[in-house]
Amino acid sequence: MTPLSSVKILEQSVSLWRPLQLTIIFLSFGCLLFMPISTLFLEVAKDEEGRWSGFGQAISYLSNPTLLTSFQHSLNIALWTTVFALSLGFMYAFAISRTNVKGKRILLGFAMLPLFAPTMMHGIALIYLFGRQGIVTTGLFGLFPGVDIDLYGPVGIVMAEIIYTFPQVVLLMYVALRQSDQGLYDAAKTMGISSAGRLFGITVPSIRLAFVSAGMVAFTLSFTDYGAPKLVGGQYNVLATDVYKQVVGQQNFALGAVAGILLMTPALIAFVVDQAASRKPSFSLNAKAKALEIGVHRGRDLLFGSFAYGVALVVAVLFLMMIVASVTPVWPYTFGFSLENFTFNSYTGDGFTVFLNSLIAATGTAVFGTLFAFLFAYWLQNGALPAALAKIGHFMSLLPMAVPGLVIGISYVLFFSRPEWSFFGLVVPNMLHGLYGTMVIVIVSTVLHFFSVTYMTARTALKKLDAECEQVAKTLGLTRIDTFFHYILPSCAPALLEMAMYFFVNSMVTISAVIFLYTPDTKTAAVSIVSLDDAGNIEAAAAMGLLIVLVNVVVRFLYEQLLRIAAKRTKRKGEIA
Amino acid sequence: MMAKSLQIKSVMKTFGQTTALEEIHLDIEKGEFVSLLGPSGCGKSTLLRIIAGLDQPTSGRMNVDGFDITASSASSRNIGMVFQSYALFPNMTVRKNIEFALKPKKLSKKTRTDKAMHMLKIVGLEALADRAPQQLSGGQQQRVALARALVIEPDFLLLDEPLSALDANVRHQLQQEIRRIHHEFGMTTIMVTHDQDEALTMADRVAVMNNGRIAQYDTPQNVYRHPADSFVASFIGTSNQIAQLGKTWVIRPEHFSVASAQSGMETYVNSMMFKGAFYRLKVSVIDRTSPFFNEKLIVDLPANVVDSRNICPDQRVYLSVHDHEAQLSKEMVMA
Repeated sequence: MTPLSSVKILEQSVSLWRPLQLTIIFLSFGCLLFMPISTLFLEVAKDEEGRWSGFGQAISYLSNPTLLTSFQHSLNIALWTTVFALSLGFMYAFAISRTNVKGKRILLGFAMLPLFAPTMMHGIALIYLFGRQGIVTTGLFGLFPGVDIDLYGPVGIVMAEIIYTFPQVVLLMYVALRQSDQGLYDAAKTMGISSAGRLFGITVPSIRLAFVSAGMVAFTLSFTDYGAPKLVGGQYNVLATDVYKQVVGQQNFALGAVAGILLMTPALIAFVVDQAASRKPSFSLNAKAKALEIGVHRGRDLLFGSFAYGVALVVAVLFLMMIVASVTPVWPYTFGFSLENFTFNSYTGDGFTVFLNSLIAATGTAVFGTLFAFLFAYWLQNGALPAALAKIGHFMSLLPMAVPGLVIGISYVLFFSRPEWSFFGLVVPNMLHGLYGTMVIVIVSTVLHFFSVTYMTARTALKKLDAECEQVAKTLGLTRIDTFFHYILPSCAPALLEMAMYFFVNSMVTISAVIFLYTPDTKTAAVSIVSLDDAGNIEAAAAMGLLIVLVNVVVRFLYEQLLRIAAKRTKRKGEIA
Repeated sequence: MMAKSLQIKSVMKTFGQTTALEEIHLDIEKGEFVSLLGPSGCGKSTLLRIIAGLDQPTSGRMNVDGFDITASSASSRNIGMVFQSYALFPNMTVRKNIEFALKPKKLSKKTRTDKAMHMLKIVGLEALADRAPQQLSGGQQQRVALARALVIEPDFLLLDEPLSALDANVRHQLQQEIRRIHHEFGMTTIMVTHDQDEALTMADRVAVMNNGRIAQYDTPQNVYRHPADSFVASFIGTSNQIAQLGKTWVIRPEHFSVASAQSGMETYVNSMMFKGAFYRLKVSVIDRTSPFFNEKLIVDLPANVVDSRNICPDQRVYLSVHDHEAQLSKEMVMA
């Protein structure tokens, strides 16, 4: 035997594997993102009979007075929401990161609570407080003088949107505020720089980026939200509700498409700004950064403490109202405790199936979403693919961030609903038409909608792995598959759990894309809240919403437990040293 | 395991416009311990990665025992590799890390465990077999990495700055241990380091690298005593390099000794540093008759000599180059 008879001229498997990865990545984004979105843009250029009419048509739509009013309304809502959510969120984040307020973990938990409920639920809670028969409006049914804040309209929408976007702002600001190096502050002090100088020289620059992106998140989320305006919008039309009316109600796809493109604009701008900002050298910490020491300052603690606990109390009251709403037989006529609303057997409802549908959709989204987001991140990150293509793949993976759920919904309707395609007289059968009206399309649209965040979670986790471990595996003759299943996957267990949890919880509460895509068989619980409310059965709507919240809280709890187990097994390198 | 020889022929490596390695020739014999020594960026790690098969050379060939392996994959080269960062799989215990290395060998579970435990015994870590790598000290982690590299009975053991992340004490201990293991197993070992002491104490032959070239490939003694060029002379140890008439003299600081006024050259002590067994002096030659007149020299003198003669800064002292060393010094003359 020659000593090197086992030498193979590079493994054959590699040459097949890479084109396969590229095909999967590019085909997925091509069929599920680019083609549907292109359809949306093409739709704009068609007249009522579906003939090509150039972009003159689009411009005429833009001068449509209804559309213009709604656009202004949406801008209005988004601006006010951004101002309030940003200032409240920043103060709250400051309270739980830079002061000695007690119970920071609990406060953080309260701030995150709204994430577990669909936006419609915030609307319902507000209705029970400030609606025509609300506790505050009627002064606890005549006990006190009532206050009518004129909920239905911009006031209600902005309030609901603030609750909806508040957790996101808090989270972004919290992370930024905590990432600070005491060494910088110490150095500044020894140089005799005043506290104002330290504020504007160190604190402000370190959180500026997070502040801008939190603002953009609040703006785009409230600009494109459908649930809250649907519930408490009254006669105040916004783009999101208009899109739905145009597309589903009047089958006016072209006008719907124009509105959809308008809806996408802020998210696209935010995406471009974020990308540009991430390329600049940012304020980052090195490994030797010293944890922040929070000085003693009773006045500050008292001020921020009362603020934070006040906000937490508001959140608690809102969720309490959701519970009250769902267990009260007929508000405000029959009070008492009853689980009648949870049976969903009224003729207005869809029964319990919608809830099961939601569980199926959320589980499917969690499983397939996590699988694909992780695989894509792994393939694009491990350096096996040509760098230029990997870069394009990475960019495509971030792109769903720039597409609001509603826009995914409309473009999916436009793209998947047609059995065949005609481009300038050329007729092509639509092979993906079969997906239309199935649970698969509900899951696919939700995965796409929440893809970018989870993709980044996976990428960050993979980047933390030691590149030399993979090289060791290579020299030891371990296959890529062995390395993947025995090393990479187990090492990323915490990230995988986080991704699955994120997909699941968001899939439970999302409505934006699904509202365009559901059929009676695939209707989800969140969609059912809207139809129950439309039918005047707000108690059942609240009960349905509460079920969603409960499931999400349980899932979150399970996640925390699993994370603890995973963390015990996989102690990350950095955490020990 | 069988020791094998390695011949590297005209290996070049370029990354875009930059040349990392130019025309490397290196013959490594069966069972030899070779160190690739040089400053950071000299190409030593690139060369090791090419030997490992983790990178491909731009041109050139590599033979193992006369067989061309240039195009063969890393996994087929039967090498054990140890990195500076230890690169232990954090999700596996110490024992599992070693067993995992045996996975491609398709052995029974028991055989794998036995082999892993045997290797752990050799590196003295049996007791820690079921610990997580993160619970071990740096030195212990590197022993595990070593055990993992050895368990596959490699033809070549490749060490990439294996001790650079460790404290001085642990480093010295592991230096001896790696030497011992190298002898015991008899495989061919190639170690990358930027630490000249490490290279000189551990290796049979040292390849001093600079700017993508091998400046000198010889035994530690010869590399130290007869540096091939001024780079090697200044990189290995401390040296006085004195240019005269188009030639450069190299004299090591320890080759000076205190002499009488008649036989020595007169120097002026600018400064001195206590180094334990010796003092390091910086002196200026003020003897007009000396060929080194006006040169500044670094001179190491035994501590007892300095103390008994009461040599202090701002004093004059007469020095000579040892006869024997002077001879050597002349051999060190470089064009």
